[in-house]
Amino acid sequence: MEKYSLFVPRLITTEENFAPGHRACVGCGEALAVRHVCKALRKNVIIVNATGCIEIFSSLLPLTSWRVPWIHTLFENVGAVVSGIESAYKARIRKGKIQDRGVKFVGFAGDGGTSDIGLQALSGAMERGHNFLYCCFDNEAYMNTGIQRSSSTPYGAWTTTAPFGKESIGQMTWKKNMPEIVVAHRIPYVATACPSYPFDLMDKVKKGIEVEGPAYLHILSPCPTGWQYPPNLTIKMGLLAVETGMFPLYEVIDGEYRLSFDFPKLKPVQEYMKEQRRFRHLTEDIIEKIQEKVDEEYLKLMEKVR
Amino acid sequence: MTKGRLVGLEGSFAVAEAVRMANVDVISAYPITPQTHIVERLAELIANGELDAEFICVESEHSAMSACVGASAAGARVFTCSASQGLELMHEVLYIPSSMRLPVVAVTANRALSAPLSVWCDHSDAMAIRDIGWIQIFAENNQQAFDLTVCAYRIAEDKKVLFPAMIHIDGFYLSHVVESMILPDEEEVAHFIPDYVHPFVLDPENPVSMGCFGPPFIYPEAKKAQEVDLENTKPKIQETWNEFGEIFGRHYLPVETYKMDDASSALLTMGSSGETAMLAVDEMREEGKAVGLIRLRLWRPFPFKEFREAVKDVELLVVLDRAISFGMGGPVCSEVKSALYDKRKDLNIVGYIGGLGGRDITVEGFKYMINRALAYPEKEEEFEIIGVRE
Repeated sequence: MEKYSLFVPRLITTEENFAPGHRACVGCGEALAVRHVCKALRKNVIIVNATGCIEIFSSLLPLTSWRVPWIHTLFENVGAVVSGIESAYKARIRKGKIQDRGVKFVGFAGDGGTSDIGLQALSGAMERGHNFLYCCFDNEAYMNTGIQRSSSTPYGAWTTTAPFGKESIGQMTWKKNMPEIVVAHRIPYVATACPSYPFDLMDKVKKGIEVEGPAYLHILSPCPTGWQYPPNLTIKMGLLAVETGMFPLYEVIDGEYRLSFDFPKLKPVQEYMKEQRRFRHLTEDIIEKIQEKVDEEYLKLMEKVR
Repeated sequence: MTKGRLVGLEGSFAVAEAVRMANVDVISAYPITPQTHIVERLAELIANGELDAEFICVESEHSAMSACVGASAAGARVFTCSASQGLELMHEVLYIPSSMRLPVVAVTANRALSAPLSVWCDHSDAMAIRDIGWIQIFAENNQQAFDLTVCAYRIAEDKKVLFPAMIHIDGFYLSHVVESMILPDEEEVAHFIPDYVHPFVLDPENPVSMGCFGPPFIYPEAKKAQEVDLENTKPKIQETWNEFGEIFGRHYLPVETYKMDDASSALLTMGSSGETAMLAVDEMREEGKAVGLIRLRLWRPFPFKEFREAVKDVELLVVLDRAISFGMGGPVCSEVKSALYDKRKDLNIVGYIGGLGGRDITVEGFKYMINRALAYPEKEEEFEIIGVRE
């Protein structure tokens, strides 16, 4: 990363299509990720947003943070709304009603809006092969409604609906592997990303919108409010998630796996978890169990990469 | 001056013809009985190159309406159709185009709701979506299904309207029955509903934010504007029907009357049963009873003025509901009573619920309702469910 830092920022646009002044929490990893995504998308784009943190902190009437066309309707239908917009452009261009100016179509949703309530609409849109990019901003719980567990919440994490107690360690299930579900749809481009790696993130957004057909980007978005760490540690949390193998960064291009960042040796998951109060109740044996699972999953991924 | 050619068409095909002539850009639908013949016919028209549109075969009705919302927000002319459980699954999304002022046009093949599962006609699905803020119009036959669908595009897309519109056709009674009807000239229909341009569309050249987050200081204003504007669509609806009548020779009113001039008793129906009720009225007239018929065509926005005018001289109003608002009775009867409460306290309104889940309502059934209401003017119960085995 260091060797790029002098030059790469100069290649990044100063254009901010996601305007400053939104109402996200201090240190919000999701808002940062949205900013990066919008820098990569530029202006010729239509964004469809699910209900959730992004919609709430960016569109409180009479203000808006969006300098590109943006629509929010409901929680679970981003895949379907983006299908409709893409089809409208396709039909109207074909019928000569509008010119083809190469407009791109992008869906935004959180982990709940993607891996839980919005999964069906997304699956349908990908199966039908609409030409769009879908960005899942994964902060690993329903943060907007007050930190309730989702199927994307990691094992052992505290949330308000999966609290720890005498009979519970918090989340009792393993994080749903959403990117793998998407890969099973055989779409041309799937990738994971994190705002702690901004150039990698922007590069993947560009690949995602350029590819013909559906593309999916799963973006880990650290959340100081929900994960309960000091807000100045957002970038560090993202780096540690990747460096410990908790959230590996990779691409799947036409079914071919490619690791974005390889590490000779992964850091222990404990380094990532100890900074976050959502994991503070976990005993050593549970952490050991999580370490084993992370190692196992990472090995599986490495096998696919080879 | 009726123009066009006489054809025999199923109600579903009549609707599909209207959609073809409207030259829609995007169709998004999910199959459900008894709506299927509409989507099958549209898919066929597209496959044969007779209609140039994108058909999104979505994975649910929720997505069907969501895709229509997206397509309409991008400036496309859209169509969807559903029924029963499908309409209920769509329910959450139905509020979006009416609140965001997107002129989606939809057809519902009215069908009962589960449980028990029933694919047959009643108005439970239509009544469950009374409050969605759409323009809702009921057709009585296949000709009307065609005409009213054509008019729906013209109404919905008018810049002073910009509301979604739903045409209700009775499942099977219309959707699957072949009737003779006049199919007007395609070019004349195209001329009647020209291409439209929505004032605010999703376009990178002119970015807008749609569907924002509304705090308490703005939400009530938004909702009042929506209600006032929906009320104000009534003149435009009538104007459109008048213009349609002048060109095509068939005239429509929000409240249609039959033999009401000297009637002292009136029947009130919605949808296909109106035609059966006409036969009952004819027979009772022959028996010397001063009976007339009122058919409610425009259900939302409710035509208060026209309805009160229609009942101003009657002493008895017999309302047929094809749905139950559980714990309350017939939804149409309840609304009619509330529409007349401070205007016609002397009017005897008797509610019947019948025709549930495809149970036929016959001429005899309508005669029974009127005769019974005439015989027992002071009824103890609020309403009666007729034609049920005890």
